[in-house]
Amino acid sequence: MKEKLTVVTSTCVPLPLENVDTDQIIPARFLKATTKEGFGDNLFRDWRYNKDGNPNPDFVLNQNTYKGEILVAGKNFGSGSSREHAAWAIGGYGFRIIVSSFFADIFKNNSMNNGLLPVVVSPEFLAEAFETITADPSVTLTVNLPDQTITNNATQRTEHFDINAYKKDCLINGLDDIDYLLSNKSKIEEYEKSL
Amino acid sequence: MSKTLFEKIWEKHVVDTLPDGTIQLYIDRLYCHEVTSPQAFAGLRSRGLKPFRPDKITCMPDHNIPTLGQERPIEDPISKKQVDTLEENAKLFGLTYYGMNHPKNGIIHVVGPENGLTQPGMTLVCGDSHTSTHGAMGAIAFGIGTSEVEMTLATQCIMQRKPKTMRIVVDGKLKPGVTAKDIALYIISKMTTGGATGYFVEYAGEAIRNTTMEERLTICNLSIEMGARGGMIAPDEVTFEYLKGREYSPKGKDWDEAVAGWKALCTDEDAVFDKEVLFHAEDIEPMVTYGTNPGMGMGIKDSIPAMESIDEAGRISYKKSLDYMGFNAGEPIQGKSIDYVFLGSCTNGRIEDFRAFASIVKGRKKADNVVVWLVPGSWAVEKQLKEEGIDKILEDAGFQLRQPGCSACLAMNDDKVPAGKYAVSTSNRNFEGRQGPGARTILAGPLVAAAAAVTGVITDPRELMN
Repeated sequence: MKEKLTVVTSTCVPLPLENVDTDQIIPARFLKATTKEGFGDNLFRDWRYNKDGNPNPDFVLNQNTYKGEILVAGKNFGSGSSREHAAWAIGGYGFRIIVSSFFADIFKNNSMNNGLLPVVVSPEFLAEAFETITADPSVTLTVNLPDQTITNNATQRTEHFDINAYKKDCLINGLDDIDYLLSNKSKIEEYEKSL
Repeated sequence: MSKTLFEKIWEKHVVDTLPDGTIQLYIDRLYCHEVTSPQAFAGLRSRGLKPFRPDKITCMPDHNIPTLGQERPIEDPISKKQVDTLEENAKLFGLTYYGMNHPKNGIIHVVGPENGLTQPGMTLVCGDSHTSTHGAMGAIAFGIGTSEVEMTLATQCIMQRKPKTMRIVVDGKLKPGVTAKDIALYIISKMTTGGATGYFVEYAGEAIRNTTMEERLTICNLSIEMGARGGMIAPDEVTFEYLKGREYSPKGKDWDEAVAGWKALCTDEDAVFDKEVLFHAEDIEPMVTYGTNPGMGMGIKDSIPAMESIDEAGRISYKKSLDYMGFNAGEPIQGKSIDYVFLGSCTNGRIEDFRAFASIVKGRKKADNVVVWLVPGSWAVEKQLKEEGIDKILEDAGFQLRQPGCSACLAMNDDKVPAGKYAVSTSNRNFEGRQGPGARTILAGPLVAAAAAVTGVITDPRELMN
């Protein structure tokens, strides 16, 4: 069972860069673990820490200004490598929602398989979110998964977001695909007989 | 009803369809490497399960392994543990395992095709985004996350949404000195890194039809770099000729039957794609990248795009990218001095890539200012290039061969490019830090890599061709 996800209202961490690839989210040299724990410590490692290992004060995660369970990122977030470690790193750090105008496919699946919800918003919603959050870091967004809506509480701009019914159900109830697939095993055996 | 190649294979593998359209898809082959599988095996064990169809699974370490001294145990204890974990899991569950230094070991996306494990009409997954490579053989092949590896281990199925379909036609004939890598980097530069996200791509057209099997593997390998779920090419005589006689290819009467079936794997004439894109082969030049994603590519004689040509929302990222590379908008990169050259990876680590590299360096000498890593994609590639005497040509020119593995493509082993240094690399990603923290990667094909290795600067390989 994964943690259930329904409605989240939170302040946000803005990352207005485009094409953030999974090598930036978690560099390859940190992929050598055999468990899923601890990846949050190295989230955005090479942006977050200088070469000498000290925190880079210019990077958003090192600024006390921005905190929260929602990461707001530029378009095409999570491109590149299929490493699920990227989702483990973001979830491990404490984020539950990622908001962007565009996500890479494999990253999107990996996130949802780990109780981390990628919310696709319009470029206008995203631009406004960056603007309001940087003007006032106490601004919150509300993501309502059952209703499939996201609201910028500073401006009351609300948008509907898409998610398929199956994945929505999994996230709300903390279920995963294996639970479902195992319950459907007789169909797999039937299919194999037809080959 | 008319169907695309993708639809024909996909529909044959649908086990069940949920009311919301989510598909339970049957998987014919699962490849496992050491980095993205340990948590999946652990999950399987914690649920008290075993692999559902162990005969459909092949395992090999490739990401972590050193490219020197494979005869000895891996020195880095963390890498060693990850590799050992894969071996233990494979043994425990009775899975086929090609360990480090095994004659069949190599990069999983090189080894699969060369052993006939990948075949037309299959569905194939691996916890690695470059699984798209195998689509070159007329299969639906795509990268998945570790949760999905666990699903496949447990049930030989994964839950998927059906992607949209796109056909990319490259018509006409390539100019001399232009390789499959250049075709792919050209397409990605036009499509951008997210331009095919949500789509499964079929490559078609005269220029694609005229490629060899290995060139097709290079093109499909890079599909993910424009965001595509995967890329594929309809199987034809080139595919059948390549597969015939390989270890896992069907034999005798089974072969004839298989080929008859594979011949039907093509897009029907009036089938409809969600998107169609057309490129002309004669527009393609030897390509190089100048930025920090594979979409930031250009012809080797071109100049880096001016800041004004970038849309406003993207300018912060564009500037960050050029600053990282130490390049200026508007300048050419031909003639720039480089420090490292890497020939290898699942993109360009096959025998034809080594032949291409050797064709340029033959009779020349390695430039003094350049460190060159030549890493065959598998032991089979290494064996073949020795049989062909390519190793001698390389040695005479001052180069040394290393042992197979993913190597400097993602620098999980010791093959790391130092911070600030420039590497001309035949791999697939020029992301920040991809080849080592602070490393600056210029992606290119094997001919451009060879030209850089002997001149020490970014050089148009056509100037060195007879």
